[in-house]
Amino acid sequence: MPPLLFWVFALLMLIFGVAVVVNRNPVASALSLVVSFLGLAALFMSLDAYFVGIIQVLVYAGAVMVLFLFIIMLLNLPAEERRQINWLAAAGGIGVALILLVQICAVIGHFQAAHQTLPPLPRSTTDDVWNIGALLFSNYNLPFQIIGVLVLVATIGVVLLSRREPR
Amino acid sequence: MVTLGDYLIVSGILFAIGFAGVMLRRNLIVILMSLELMLNAANLSLVAFSRFRLQPSGLPDYNAQIFVFFIITVAAAEVALGLAILVALFRARQTTDVKDITQLRF
Repeated sequence: MPPLLFWVFALLMLIFGVAVVVNRNPVASALSLVVSFLGLAALFMSLDAYFVGIIQVLVYAGAVMVLFLFIIMLLNLPAEERRQINWLAAAGGIGVALILLVQICAVIGHFQAAHQTLPPLPRSTTDDVWNIGALLFSNYNLPFQIIGVLVLVATIGVVLLSRREPR
Repeated sequence: MVTLGDYLIVSGILFAIGFAGVMLRRNLIVILMSLELMLNAANLSLVAFSRFRLQPSGLPDYNAQIFVFFIITVAAAEVALGLAILVALFRARQTTDVKDITQLRF
């Protein structure tokens, strides 16, 4: 992928990520999050991780965001009204996030391997879905089954939580 | 050319945006969305490391992509549970604002 496309998709992702935080209307936040996730999926594909990019689009931009929009519209949430902003708390929040960002950039700046460019891939005979699947069902077989149990527990928990109390 | 550092810095900025969202916003739904942004920032770092650190066979390190697969699964379960808790809370209190939920506050 040419560097221009990397920066286009990275900027798209970051701008719409900021829009998620800044928008006062929850529906606008959710739709911005969809665009942000699509940009992220494009970045995954630029790293030759096609399987992860596809499940990013299917699971996040598809299923999870539909769930968010469904709940926002079910609860009929209005746009947040303007309240008195607590400037001290807001400055503290932004300050902590900025300090974290500076720390991350400093660590990456001192990281030797961070200067390497994309190493070329050999022309492989198998696609990455096959490779990930083979690894998932051999080395990671037990974690895969545990994650299945986790999803089952989450399903039961959601049903129990959203059931109305019998009167 | 795009370096590993570029991907990591983009991922760090995305994490900071999500973190600022959790710290600044008061709407519980937007806080959940910001948590998703932070999880995705971690995913981007993992995939970048997988592509830049090749196996001896010359293929990307697929272990990291399996971690991403697990993170996406756990995040989907977390969103479903979080939104169910939010619906239960909204039924009890008719609010999703964290400033209105002060019962456990000292």
